[in-house]
Amino acid sequence: MREIHDIHGGIHPPERKSLSRPGELRDAPLPARLILPLRQHLGAPAKVIVNVGDTVLGGQVLAQAQGAVSVPVHAPTSGIISAIEPRPIAHASGLEDTCIILETDGADQSIRFEGIPDWQTVAPSHLIERIREAGIAGMGGAGFPTAVKLNPGETKPIDTLIINGTECEPYITADDTLMQCQADALVEGALILAYVVGAEQIVIGIEDNKPAAIAGVTKAVHSASADIEVASFPTKYPSGGEKQFIEILTGQQVPSGGIPADIGLVCVNPGTAVAAREAIIEGKPLTHRIVTLTGEALGKPGNVVACIGTPISHLLGDAALSAEARQRIIHGGPMMGFAVSDLDAPITKITNCLLAPTARELPPPSPAKPCIRCGHCAEVCPASLLPQQLYWYSRAKDHEQLSEHRLLDCIECGACAYVCPSQIPLVQYYRAAKGQMRDSEQEKRRSDNSRERFEARQTRLEEEALAKEAKRAARKAAAQEKALLEGVDPIQAAIERAQARKSEQGETP
Amino acid sequence: MSLLRVTSPHVSGQHQVSAVMRDVLLATLPGIVILTWFFGPGTLVNILLGALVALITEYAVTRLRGQNPRLAVSDLSIVVTSTLLCIALPPYAPWWLIVLGVMIAVLLGKHVFGGLGYNPFNPAMVGYVVLLISFPVQMSSWATPRGLAEVPGLLDTLRHLFLPDTIDGVTAATPLDLLRQNTGLLFKDLLASRPELTGWGGVGWFEVNLAFLVGGAWLLYRRIFTWHAPLAMLAVLGLCALIGYDGGSSESGGSALFHLFSGATMFAAFFIITDPVSSAVSNKGRLIFGALIGLLIYLIRTLGNYPDAVAFAVLILNFCAPFIDHYTQPAVYGTRSND
Repeated sequence: MREIHDIHGGIHPPERKSLSRPGELRDAPLPARLILPLRQHLGAPAKVIVNVGDTVLGGQVLAQAQGAVSVPVHAPTSGIISAIEPRPIAHASGLEDTCIILETDGADQSIRFEGIPDWQTVAPSHLIERIREAGIAGMGGAGFPTAVKLNPGETKPIDTLIINGTECEPYITADDTLMQCQADALVEGALILAYVVGAEQIVIGIEDNKPAAIAGVTKAVHSASADIEVASFPTKYPSGGEKQFIEILTGQQVPSGGIPADIGLVCVNPGTAVAAREAIIEGKPLTHRIVTLTGEALGKPGNVVACIGTPISHLLGDAALSAEARQRIIHGGPMMGFAVSDLDAPITKITNCLLAPTARELPPPSPAKPCIRCGHCAEVCPASLLPQQLYWYSRAKDHEQLSEHRLLDCIECGACAYVCPSQIPLVQYYRAAKGQMRDSEQEKRRSDNSRERFEARQTRLEEEALAKEAKRAARKAAAQEKALLEGVDPIQAAIERAQARKSEQGETP
Repeated sequence: MSLLRVTSPHVSGQHQVSAVMRDVLLATLPGIVILTWFFGPGTLVNILLGALVALITEYAVTRLRGQNPRLAVSDLSIVVTSTLLCIALPPYAPWWLIVLGVMIAVLLGKHVFGGLGYNPFNPAMVGYVVLLISFPVQMSSWATPRGLAEVPGLLDTLRHLFLPDTIDGVTAATPLDLLRQNTGLLFKDLLASRPELTGWGGVGWFEVNLAFLVGGAWLLYRRIFTWHAPLAMLAVLGLCALIGYDGGSSESGGSALFHLFSGATMFAAFFIITDPVSSAVSNKGRLIFGALIGLLIYLIRTLGNYPDAVAFAVLILNFCAPFIDHYTQPAVYGTRSND
């Protein structure tokens, strides 16, 4: 058995996971219109390669990856492209972004998929390319392009692949359901990914509040007789944060500012592993995902398989939303998710949960009171930060102290705000401060650049002036030398030349 | 349907400042009961008068400052401040001493720095020290414990509050006073010669300290604060007393038990130095904070000129707290080297 390590801090918010009945999975009905944002991942947006009016098939590429850190976008079903324009997307900012609008035709025809069933005989680099072409980005929430993650480079050899089945956010049961319903696919996906990164060990870590998932995955591992360890560990939020998860399973910490590959690890979400399996074995791109629809405002909560691009309103309608006057719809979980500002926005590759709570269930925040420095926040911080100090410095916009107190190591898990007796929205302060720090960093870089340019120009001008001076001196010296050699006085010669010119002018009036 | 837009986290725990303050007030009850039993209703009356003054002052000052006075008063923090101060004041102090002390604590201790959460010093101790320096006579007249004199009734106490000197013989030196004034007697003989010194911390004082220890332990159990500062203070104070005991000569500082269970020791350890606003923030910092307070209490008690040392020790360490914080930042995730 693997030794399980404890992490600093953490909290135990009410889990409320049974509300969405983990383990049961249904298909969400196909909407009339899919909205496919070009950026559903971290990195550069994809580049559109279809035109308005085109008829497309399911699985067809609509937009290509652009640059190294980017993934393509595929059509989840057949239909006609009706527009390519900015639409509201599910993002904390509430801003619009370019989307491809696909009017579905209901026929659900798709292109022919070609898988690589004998993947063990294919070079890992080829498989990584397949995963990239399948448009896979981390499905746990961050949306980092998986192909990039799987290729950390020669200098960072990988010895262990870990699958993060923690799902520590309250309410969400998408990964739980996936591990119960698609355990065999998960195991195969894990084997493929381990082969791709060259990992010798595979560990699937699951919090102990999901006994059915643990049993299901263990059974699948046995029946595949795969060399995979299933590790369970005590439930605590935020054990599923990648860095925290790694410390729980290995006792090691990812260096500040580094990535797991620095200590020989690659960590992926179970959904990502299943998507990778689909991409390799069946050749299917990532066009569907499991979404938890939950909250007491829903009449029919549960886990659904939905087309990526399905409008949020469509899914909530299917789950029988009875909305309150000021309904809060949360994209993600209650600890780290954001409130959706437009229900026409679509779900994306990173949407693991839509939460529609009643006001009684999750009451609106009460007004913040002064910080009494009780220190509960520091006790629960999984990064061992001092949130109360960060709060003061954020308010004071003291960037120097903020970086000294390592604000950038904050993972925004919200544990501090959860325990705060004064109900201070601490995470909001940290987000704002991080943004300001990034801005001033950019500002500084810009001003450094222009200063350097100015200084370079200054030096260049000086050098040119010096060179000119040197040239003149050289010319003068050469002339003097010449005069000495030929015995002609240069001044006398010049006077003679001038007189000669004058007399020439005199002759031609 | 309109959408409610707020940022994460969307769920919050059940913690409330007012609940914390209520717990602290509840935890002082055993101590107050024992104080009242041994020294009469003086402390109780002080506390009630103090709370009234504190609430009025807080309400007025937050109103003047354009804040929400109801919100400020409702978190009970100001009642905690006044109660802690009044527990420390002599039981039969004149009314104006209470009023003045509480107003100083609220205004000079708290609001001049910006109100709740902004005060660098413990407000109750600011009030106490200003009174101690300004009115040493009134501040050093503690009551005689039950068993050595008759304890006044409630009516007598109320009358005394506004018409001083109507109760006879209520004041006496505290055990710590007696120990400091001792010049010629062995510690053992001193204990035998003064009836006030019977028991481990003096008549009544041992029980009072025990009661505050019980209240403090309950707060620890409720996780209102961590064990670091109180334990460090008690350990260092006990250790210093142990070293300074020298077998009990007339120059002796008093036994460890005597120091731990006399004066304001337990009250300070669990109710004064645990004030989060004015103490160090990290657990390591709080260990240092508490330890240095313990050391200072011992030094001031044995070498200094004042009857008890808690207030000065706490204020001096309040000064040092930001400095301690600077050198005791915890190691953040990812900065530790993996083995």
